[in-house]
Amino acid sequence: MARIEAEVGTPQGGLMKWIDDRFPFTSTMKYHVTEYYASKNFNIWYVFGVLSFVVLIIQLLTGIFLTMNYKPSAAEAFASVEYIMRDVEWGWLIRYMHSTGASFFFVVVYLHMFRAMLYGSYKKPRELIWIIGMLIFLVLMAEAFAGYLLPWGQMSYWGAQVIISLFGAIPVIGDGLVEIIRGDYNISDITLNRFFALHVILLPLALIGLVFVHIVALHEVGSNNPDGIDIKEKKDENGVPLDGVAFHPYHTSKDLVAIIIFLMIFFSVVFFAPEMGGYFLEYANFDPANVRATPEHIAPVWYFTPFYAVLRAVPDKLWGFILFGLSVILPLFLPWLDRSRVRSIRYRGWMYKMALTLFVITFVALGWLGVQPAEGIYVLLARIFTVLYFAFFLLMPYYTSIDKTKPVPERVVYNG
Amino acid sequence: MVNLRISALAAVLLVGALAGNAHAAGSKADLEPSGIDPGNINSLQRGARNFMNYCSGCHSAQYVRWKTIGEDLELSDEQLINNLMFNAEKTFETINIAMRAEDAERWFGVLPPDVSLIARSRGSDYIYNFLKGYYIDPSKTTGVNNRVLEGTAMPHVLGGLQGYQRAIYETREEGGETVKELTGFEIAVPGSMDAEAYDEFVRDTTNFLAYIAEPIRSERRQLGVWVLIYLLFFLILARMLKKQIWKDVK
Repeated sequence: MARIEAEVGTPQGGLMKWIDDRFPFTSTMKYHVTEYYASKNFNIWYVFGVLSFVVLIIQLLTGIFLTMNYKPSAAEAFASVEYIMRDVEWGWLIRYMHSTGASFFFVVVYLHMFRAMLYGSYKKPRELIWIIGMLIFLVLMAEAFAGYLLPWGQMSYWGAQVIISLFGAIPVIGDGLVEIIRGDYNISDITLNRFFALHVILLPLALIGLVFVHIVALHEVGSNNPDGIDIKEKKDENGVPLDGVAFHPYHTSKDLVAIIIFLMIFFSVVFFAPEMGGYFLEYANFDPANVRATPEHIAPVWYFTPFYAVLRAVPDKLWGFILFGLSVILPLFLPWLDRSRVRSIRYRGWMYKMALTLFVITFVALGWLGVQPAEGIYVLLARIFTVLYFAFFLLMPYYTSIDKTKPVPERVVYNG
Repeated sequence: MVNLRISALAAVLLVGALAGNAHAAGSKADLEPSGIDPGNINSLQRGARNFMNYCSGCHSAQYVRWKTIGEDLELSDEQLINNLMFNAEKTFETINIAMRAEDAERWFGVLPPDVSLIARSRGSDYIYNFLKGYYIDPSKTTGVNNRVLEGTAMPHVLGGLQGYQRAIYETREEGGETVKELTGFEIAVPGSMDAEAYDEFVRDTTNFLAYIAEPIRSERRQLGVWVLIYLLFFLILARMLKKQIWKDVK
């Protein structure tokens, strides 16, 4: 293996030495970049972490420029968004990138989480990485929800109305809590202002902080791989894992290819289908918020619909809210629900493979049901899939412990 | 690896399922396709003329600047000022109405909605069918009703052109109940245009409304092609770089 990293990075005196005497620049770069070894057999599922980071950067940058032109007030918000779309130079591109970025954030994060379920990345010793990741997911949901109110369209308003009123189902403190969230007896200018504050300051700060901690925790224990084996157990004479290659330039050059392919898909949506058939930008949101006219069909944006379907599947308001909350939180416990002795799906038995396939079908089906009206056969289907969703998690300790596993190889499987 | 492929397929389906159409905001009535051509400048110019003559008395398009229309529809400032700008003086102004909100509410019961984004919230097929969907209904104060939006407060402004239609109903028995279904129209009072000319008139107007809903639409599509070509070129280079760097990894 080439040792490109050995030729750079060591302080030769001069400016680098001056900096390194005052700040651990070279050692940090080595630790996190040029001498961070990750398995050489990463497949397509391993690009979604980097892609989540790319989307985060897109959202932060476009968000800054949107903030320069957006007016967080009930009287002006809708018009200011149209002003950005029509009169601000390149405003339409910035806004479409931000709105498309919101949906793609969830696409890549869901796929990133699915990768962890495929290869058991949440299992010991990576439990904390998974928990931090789940916190990122929760903050991301709050961030997306707050952001969706800002254009102040019909769906912004009524979607927020529906979701915020859910908290009213909590006994005793429910009504007071709803009032605190809204800051008013109704969703109003005050609500819009506080959601703006949360969306552009508190939640992005929390996101950046959690992403930083997520990566620090990852680099402490090292990345998992599609075989789910510990590459640190087999090292060469220099202490470098035999199956590992340095993050830079190996994984960075590979990730660059993935990033460009991602950008091609991303910009295809931005330029050719920014509404994405009404899923990324809901049609009703092109009507300004109107307190006196309830839209006949209120559906949250697609990335919330699996959980929304769970909520609606339960006839009781309080239990609906509890199951909705549980459906979001349950994946957090995966490291302890999964009792399998192997990490990767490659060496698991048929039970987990079947359970995971069923889970994917369930998740997609719930997502689809969440945009359908809650009537007739849809309600029944939502109930069936809700049961399957919970069964996947709650029965996991049982089926993963009796599932027959295959022997795990000594070294990772790599075919060039 | 079969399982991996199944999982990958499922993930792709999740994304693919989103590409479908969720235009649930429309009406239950079957909509005839509008057949508009956003690239046809002449159609858009005629649509602009139709809009200014028949719609802009009551409907504002408050986010749309005259200047933008002039640039996109290849109209000079003189042409704009002399032919289209009835209640505006400067080309940087937006399309507003002279009618006061209180008056509008007294006359129509509601303020006629701003139509800047109507083609994005309802769809162009909806507008096309709405403008063709008026029929005589003496029970309404306007004397007309609309197939697409039952009980609309908007009078049949284009009645002089289209004429007035009478609705044809079909009654049939369904589970012991008599169901009355609107199946078509026939002209009761002829207007100044025949059916074909009126369709063209409505199509041009719809085209213009679709244009003002997103003036940047055709430009973004053209730019998108260049962005993708650039990224494809970049992809080839990145792929070569990756191969070069990875060539000694065994």
